[in-house]
Amino acid sequence: MTIPNSGVYLDNNATTRVDPEVLTEMLPLFTEHFGNPSSMHAFGAAVGGKIEWARKQVQALLGAGYDSEIVFTSGGTESDNTAILSTIEAYPKKKEIVTSVVEHPAVLALCDYLEKKRDYKIHRIGVDSKGNLDMDAYKAALSDRVAIVSIMWANNETGTIFPIEELAQLAKAVGAIFHTDAVQAVGKIPMKLADSAVDLLSLSGHKLHAPKGIGALYVKRGLRFRPMMRGGHQERSRRAGTENAPAIVGLGAAAHLALTHMAEENTRVKAQRDRLEQAILAAVPSCFVTGNPDNRLPNTCNVAFEYIEGEAILLLLNEQGIAASSGSACTSGSLEPSHVMRAMGVPYTAAHGATRFSLSRDTTDAEIDHVIAVVPGIIAKLRSLSPYWEQSAGKAKDFAPVYS
Amino acid sequence: MWNYTDKVKEHFFNPKNSGVLDTANAVGEVGSITCGDALRLMLKVDPDTQIIQDAKFQTFGCGSAIASSSALTEMIIGKTVDEALVLTNRDIADYLGGLPPEKMHCSVMGAEALRAAIANYKGEAWEDDHEEGELVCKCFGIDAAMIERAVTVNGLTSLEEVTHYTKAGGSCQTCHEKIEEVLEAVMAKTGILKPAAKHSPTGVVGLDAIQPLAAKPAEPAAAASKLTNVQRMQAIMGAIEAMRPQIQRDGGDVELVDIDGKDIYVRLTGACSGCSQSAGTMMGVQMKLVETLGEFVRVKPASLMPAHAN
Repeated sequence: MTIPNSGVYLDNNATTRVDPEVLTEMLPLFTEHFGNPSSMHAFGAAVGGKIEWARKQVQALLGAGYDSEIVFTSGGTESDNTAILSTIEAYPKKKEIVTSVVEHPAVLALCDYLEKKRDYKIHRIGVDSKGNLDMDAYKAALSDRVAIVSIMWANNETGTIFPIEELAQLAKAVGAIFHTDAVQAVGKIPMKLADSAVDLLSLSGHKLHAPKGIGALYVKRGLRFRPMMRGGHQERSRRAGTENAPAIVGLGAAAHLALTHMAEENTRVKAQRDRLEQAILAAVPSCFVTGNPDNRLPNTCNVAFEYIEGEAILLLLNEQGIAASSGSACTSGSLEPSHVMRAMGVPYTAAHGATRFSLSRDTTDAEIDHVIAVVPGIIAKLRSLSPYWEQSAGKAKDFAPVYS
Repeated sequence: MWNYTDKVKEHFFNPKNSGVLDTANAVGEVGSITCGDALRLMLKVDPDTQIIQDAKFQTFGCGSAIASSSALTEMIIGKTVDEALVLTNRDIADYLGGLPPEKMHCSVMGAEALRAAIANYKGEAWEDDHEEGELVCKCFGIDAAMIERAVTVNGLTSLEEVTHYTKAGGSCQTCHEKIEEVLEAVMAKTGILKPAAKHSPTGVVGLDAIQPLAAKPAEPAAAASKLTNVQRMQAIMGAIEAMRPQIQRDGGDVELVDIDGKDIYVRLTGACSGCSQSAGTMMGVQMKLVETLGEFVRVKPASLMPAHAN
């Protein structure tokens, strides 16, 4: 088996390759169309037109009612921060926020900060062993004291999808604003925000084959909004600062392509993911899929390999030209396994070995074949080094050091 | 991706001496699956010569943990038990051409396993007070519980003291906020809420209370190139003298024995000798001296002095 030339990139939930068509759309913005869209002259006007075209593409991808509901930002983190900070400023008397334990740090760290420094009460809704939200706890947390609910559409580590429309309607019923971090979901799940109860939605360009450093925040028409960045009148004064025109046009082009390829993500890419997952589960003992296999993104597969550690897996995969990701402590530098694995109650014996393969429309069958061919050997090699693994018996053994 | 040296990669991709050693007569087991790192070190020691004839390991952990284990076995085979005991985690890291700061705990685990194995061989009980708790200092793997204990037992009141006693916060320094939170929590509980009194005269508020920042950090760097041997010696003696009251409070003491270039030999006495925290104390002395002198020095126990030095 030969390694496909440029390596096998199965870390598309971390970031994606910029689509060549996206790049082609962007390049003129660096050269001939370099004007400032705020300027009166023709140099500026040409760029302004391209930005409005991009806005319409994002509107179409989200199924939004109006293009003016799209605010371009620097990415998912800025969109998340803006959504929450804007809402609590607009509703200063409401001092509670509802979120989930498995959110991205862009939401969790901000909530921690608001709790600590600004006396907000944060309801962090738990999940079950498959990563499904505890709906009873969610309903119990909602009240007229809640300023904003911020719950992700799909989880970045497991791909598990939350019932966003239901959650949004429940939030609306108590008068709370509903925000969703849809960074992983946009482009993979069909959306029609015009008919939705969702008020605010974050998306990130580089997760859908646009460049890094660009994202958008959907702000439903009529929603009370307070900008985080103040300055010029750009983005209808909702996000000051000269527009990152090349990246905005790139995001527009990427949104257009994502809409075209959405069906493919849910058929061909999904089939590749399923084939990879089934082959690994069949060939490797003591491993299991984390998250909810029946309700997740079509491109994501997260397998926990027991009794070995994720960084070691990634290093050996990397030797084989394969890029994946891990919820293990060591890869993040945090020394604690991922908060998502811990929230689902995945035992430590497996959480450290959780390995995420995330595909994209660039993924080929030959690449999947290569991964299927090498994974069992890599796992076996590491288990042969592990004090928790009984090599001869092919199963786990007792190991409890005195120092722990 | 971590920036591992070629030596680390070599020992990770092709580990030496991995597996089970059936003839082992000394086994050291450290770490836990919860921590994400665990190591079983197996030694075969010749009872007559005390030479470690063979060593094997089994490791659950990341690339650098496996590499550190492999390196450790290579370093100790052929050494006597006493020679092996001298090895520190720093030696393991050096052998590997260095480890990223976040990964230094992997070398610590190797050194701990070695100590545990040798204790096992000698029939001693191996104890360590590492407990589960929120990890605060990632470089040295120090959790909140350990910091709390150090603060409570020793009456520590500053971040600097915590670092000296536990190593926590002594490397990349990104956990200083967390350490201060633990410190504040403990002080609030025990009622020693007076660290501010040290810095500002009581009753004084407003501008008078703000004291100029000590120019300390700038000094050593400037002094480093200028110190004569005598000045350097005096600086070292002064720094150690300044640390003594703190150590004496725990019933121990520290004494400067010799200065040999970058190696500074000290003797820990009283409660310090044989204390499980003595490595931390030595590290604290070392950090204080590095800070004072503005150059890197190594603090070693006097027992490691070359024979001809005395």
